[in-house]
Amino acid sequence: MGKLTGKKAIVTGASRGIGLAIATELAREGADVAILSTSVKEDLANQLSAELGVSVKSYACDVGNSETVQNVFKQIITDMGTVDILVNNAGITRDGLLMRMKDEDFDAVIQTNLRSVFLCTRAVARTMMGKRAGRIINITSINAIRGQAGQANYAGAKAGVIGMTKSNAMEFASRGITVNAVAPGFIGTDMTAKMDDATKEKYAASIPLQRIGDPADVAKAVAFLASDDASYITGQVLGVDGGLNA
Amino acid sequence: MNEEIFKKVVDVIVAKLEVKAEDVKPESEFGNDLGADSLDRVELVMALEDEFEVEILDSDAEKFQKVSDVVAFIESKKA
Repeated sequence: MGKLTGKKAIVTGASRGIGLAIATELAREGADVAILSTSVKEDLANQLSAELGVSVKSYACDVGNSETVQNVFKQIITDMGTVDILVNNAGITRDGLLMRMKDEDFDAVIQTNLRSVFLCTRAVARTMMGKRAGRIINITSINAIRGQAGQANYAGAKAGVIGMTKSNAMEFASRGITVNAVAPGFIGTDMTAKMDDATKEKYAASIPLQRIGDPADVAKAVAFLASDDASYITGQVLGVDGGLNA
Repeated sequence: MNEEIFKKVVDVIVAKLEVKAEDVKPESEFGNDLGADSLDRVELVMALEDEFEVEILDSDAEKFQKVSDVVAFIESKKA
């Protein structure tokens, strides 16, 4: 029996990359999972559901839009009956050196990477408070801690996620809801594939464990924080970075 | 005081604060008598909004000291 058997989970940005690995891992541990992405991924949901023997359902949701989040989350909670786990993973990059960064590129990243965490957390808070239980895991980034040239927007938003994680952990602690962040280092995904080779090489060379991370490395950490094994852990930022931030 | 509104308010308080109905009196204070912390108050206000289909602003909710304050507020909204 998986360590999340019977739990109901919501994962944002779940159609690919780290989000897909997280949704897959939670499902493998027995959770029913609602996977959110910009468009409905029916085939993906059906495939995961058939492979892992749990309910996986796909929803389209612009997680930076308040009204959309309220409506979609209401629907999900009705469909699943409740929600035990929320993984705020959705994120985008619009890299560029600050002097050349457009307002739209700054705002879009803040909206999708930071505002979404606020909106989605608020959308599950009432249900979790009522249950006196819940697990919220926010995906931040090592760049929030170390900084990265060309990512004033991304690192700024992800650092905001850390502050929100700690504040929410305090606010919800008396209701049995834990809130933690996972900070991936250099993980091989579509998003990091967009980075230029020089940056990639520089990163790879500086990783103490001498390898680029796999999305599954992050997913395992998230599944742990979502499980009963992590019930006394809240307000933490768990680096999954091969020692980059050691 | 409107008995019907009072009864409904008591039901909401019992459900949200996990107290006994007989312990909820018009003069009961949320903090001292009913053991409500700040999160309980927020949950209570949201439940009252649903139950009575009214909007309760934070500035109104801040003035709720006793159960009778809530009943009076709902009465004024429903009048």
